[in-house]
Amino acid sequence: MTTRQFGSPIPRKEDPRLVTGNGRYLDDLTTGAPAAAFVRSPHAHAKVIDIDVSDALVVDGVLAIYTYEDLDGRVAEPLPLLIPHPGLTHPKTPYPLANGLVHHVGEAVAMVVATDRYLAEDAAELIRVEYEPLPAVVGVAAAKRADRLVHADVPGNVAGRYVQERGDAREEVIAAPHTLLLSLSVERSASMPLEGRGVFAREEPDGTLRVYSSTQTSTSVRAALAAKLDLPLDRVEVIAPDVGGGFGVKIVHPWPEEVLVAWAARKLRRPVAWTEDRREHFVSSAHEREQEHLVNVGFDDEGRILGLDVQVWHDNGAYTPYGLIVPIITTTQLLGPYKPKAYRAEFWSLYTTTVIVTPYRGAGRPQGAFAMERTMDAIADYLGLDRTEVRARNFIQPDEMPYEHGLTFQDGRPLTYDSGDYPALLDKLKKLIGWDEFETFRAQAQAQGRKVGIGIGCYVEGTGVGPYEGAHVLVEPSGRVRVATGLTSQGQGHQTVFAQIVADELGVDLDSVEVVTGDTRRFRYAVGTFASRAAVMSGNAVALAARAVRDKALRIAGEALEADPADLEIEAGVVRVKGDPQASIALSTVAVLANPLRYAFDEAAQLATQFAKGDISKPPIGDDDEPGLEATDYYSPLRSTFAAGMHAAIVETDPHTADIRVLRYCVVHDCGNVVNPRILAGQIHGGVAQGVGGALYERMAYDENGQLLNASFMDFLMPYVTEVPRVEIDHMETPSPLNPLGIKGAGEAGVIPGMAVFASAIEDAEGFVLSRMPITPSELYHLRMRHAKGKVPSLRRKEENA
Amino acid sequence: MTEYEQRSEVSLIVNGAARRATVPVRRLLSDFLRHDLGLTGTHVGCEHGVCGCCTVLLDGAPVRSCLLLAVTVAGHEVTTVEGLTRPDGSMHPVQQAFVECHGLQCGFCTPGFLTTTAAFLAQRPDPDEKEIVEAISGNLCRCTGYQNIVASVRRAAELLAEQDPVAAGAAVDGSGR
Repeated sequence: MTTRQFGSPIPRKEDPRLVTGNGRYLDDLTTGAPAAAFVRSPHAHAKVIDIDVSDALVVDGVLAIYTYEDLDGRVAEPLPLLIPHPGLTHPKTPYPLANGLVHHVGEAVAMVVATDRYLAEDAAELIRVEYEPLPAVVGVAAAKRADRLVHADVPGNVAGRYVQERGDAREEVIAAPHTLLLSLSVERSASMPLEGRGVFAREEPDGTLRVYSSTQTSTSVRAALAAKLDLPLDRVEVIAPDVGGGFGVKIVHPWPEEVLVAWAARKLRRPVAWTEDRREHFVSSAHEREQEHLVNVGFDDEGRILGLDVQVWHDNGAYTPYGLIVPIITTTQLLGPYKPKAYRAEFWSLYTTTVIVTPYRGAGRPQGAFAMERTMDAIADYLGLDRTEVRARNFIQPDEMPYEHGLTFQDGRPLTYDSGDYPALLDKLKKLIGWDEFETFRAQAQAQGRKVGIGIGCYVEGTGVGPYEGAHVLVEPSGRVRVATGLTSQGQGHQTVFAQIVADELGVDLDSVEVVTGDTRRFRYAVGTFASRAAVMSGNAVALAARAVRDKALRIAGEALEADPADLEIEAGVVRVKGDPQASIALSTVAVLANPLRYAFDEAAQLATQFAKGDISKPPIGDDDEPGLEATDYYSPLRSTFAAGMHAAIVETDPHTADIRVLRYCVVHDCGNVVNPRILAGQIHGGVAQGVGGALYERMAYDENGQLLNASFMDFLMPYVTEVPRVEIDHMETPSPLNPLGIKGAGEAGVIPGMAVFASAIEDAEGFVLSRMPITPSELYHLRMRHAKGKVPSLRRKEENA
Repeated sequence: MTEYEQRSEVSLIVNGAARRATVPVRRLLSDFLRHDLGLTGTHVGCEHGVCGCCTVLLDGAPVRSCLLLAVTVAGHEVTTVEGLTRPDGSMHPVQQAFVECHGLQCGFCTPGFLTTTAAFLAQRPDPDEKEIVEAISGNLCRCTGYQNIVASVRRAAELLAEQDPVAAGAAVDGSGR
């Protein structure tokens, strides 16, 4: 038997190229091309009174300078609203270059194209823009207050409002034996890939516009550019080269820069490149996470939730190109593994004069998990129950699957969990971290004057949202297997995992399979890399396409070998009759046979002629047949599949300095069948690191004027190796019944419960309530002082101990 | 011609080969390597010396090529990630170790970790965990959570030890010999 690749922790096929400096990232393709630089607004909110480019025009090497007045056709219109929603009553999208108004620091006002980036920046510095500043609106509180408006025609700064409800949650809360009201906040962070955005466009001699973009969706960039530039779709090709991380931010499309660079390349009839610098990334791409939550919960003596009434105020920044996706995900995924008797969620999405907000890994789930898990901890503390016990009493049970919440998920489909075993996950987690033994450890630590705490966070993650992904699988006469899917990659190892799936389905060696992603020349229909959907969507698509190729290969081989295809098997690239090793034909030969036009280019073709069985009563290609050993297929799911996990951490807080140290971090995780355990572990490690960053370090520090004070890696504190704990992982595999491979997504899992876990653990160490993330040592120190003055409530369990 | 574009000739050794180019005096070493010499394996993540993606070896020691002007390294030896690869095309043990231990995902920060690690292990062939963490604590990675990078450095030390010490030293003399 050929070794099964699915489930095997093989090293990645991408890596030899990437470790030797042979990766091809966006900026690597641009050597010698004219470069763009942008003049960006220094004001959070202002009228643009005048733009004077006269000094800049004389800089040597300047090819063009554009302001809004120069734009034409659909390029002069606002950028598209990608995801409209009935609740989004007041959508706003920006113009590619400011049309008289700017709404955040960093909004593009003018574009310079010069023979190189240095000269383009020289010229940009010489452009004089006169602004009339308008009032800034920063943060949820200012947006809610609405005494200053971000957009004059949007009353109350409310972009949208939406309610989802099952049962009468408010009535249940009122009627419940016990109620708690929690106010919970999360600050802004951002995806912050180490490669920023970038785009490179050039018109080919045949008139085709070829665009490279560091994007999470090349097919949609292509469609957007064709529409904006009024070009037939087949005159535009978009390629995502190696992408240096995305984490959500690169799903937004088209960016103003993508439209402008492609437009300018056609205007100038020259290639144009733009590579974002780090400050630009901070002030002109996208952020996420900032939300306020008010949770009103009613529960019984056992801690079972009867009514859960949640209100959310979401800061969407200056524009809403990506609609209401983040707060929709928060208010649906907040429920996690639990089944409150009644649930109501209402959110308001609010404009502020800050960078736009679009999904960052987790996409609203970290906030939802934070709100729900804080609530679980609060109920446990109120009733004097173990925190894991309260959770267990509220779990959806395995025999209740599929479980219908009676709500609508982000994909517009019913929120229905397909499978999962939450009690078993909790048991595994408690064992892994030693939950029941922790009090012994705490007592020992206390005896040494140390403060330690343990925390937990659970989540369920809807993954693999539709509508579809597709794949093309081709067996060449050389025996090489070429696989293409339109979905892009940003470092998740797609070239490896998709090759593993195809190698198994087709019965060929892994080394013979080559995968191409995100290149519209190779595959034209795709959605993109986000929402932990790549393995589920493209994984199943490549499997289905490979199965179609296999069926075709068996049919052709059956004719050649005069055998029933049902009696054939394929191993190591050879089709043979089961139990008869002599009766065989190489897959490469079958590939030659699959095309009735057979010039004998090579030995394989010569060999194939001996198998040629022409039936002269039929045309060489049958009615429903196609030449070539290849197939295209699509996977389109009925609805999302739901992965789940639980994390626990043990932290130590310094009694004097309030420094926060992570002593242990444990993860149990269930994403169905696992294609490559090594890659899966890597995804979890990376997600946890971002969870640590979001809980303890990262925040966007806007001042009241809308200036981002920490727009550099010096001041925005992403974790180094010294800040990230060693992650201990245990797995479960509950296959998804929804897709042929039984897999669920895993890309976002690591980050989702981070804030919830650390709040739970730090609260447990300190003995007083935490309601805001992230938390720094300095903030913890001040909380201690306020707690000492009675301004921050103690945990009940700590009061009783005291 | 703006005053910034004053040009100067630069001669230096890059990955063991003598290179000469006339460049504007303000050209960053990172841009010079990438766009004048075509060595795009050196990546630029922040252009203010924090992320470490652009780390190259200057006379064997790690430096941030985004914080140096190309003209200031005239007469010196520079080793980039391309220069770690052996002349016969085989991978340097550090490169091999990162592949074996899944020490990279998107690969953008990786060249900086590889050059930093190669220089570190040449100085400290048998490091403990604390020393490894210290050695790579100036490089940012947004994908891996560092756990597999630490494992990769440990594995690279093992692979180097299996080879002869002379080969191990080649990582830092800049020549790849």
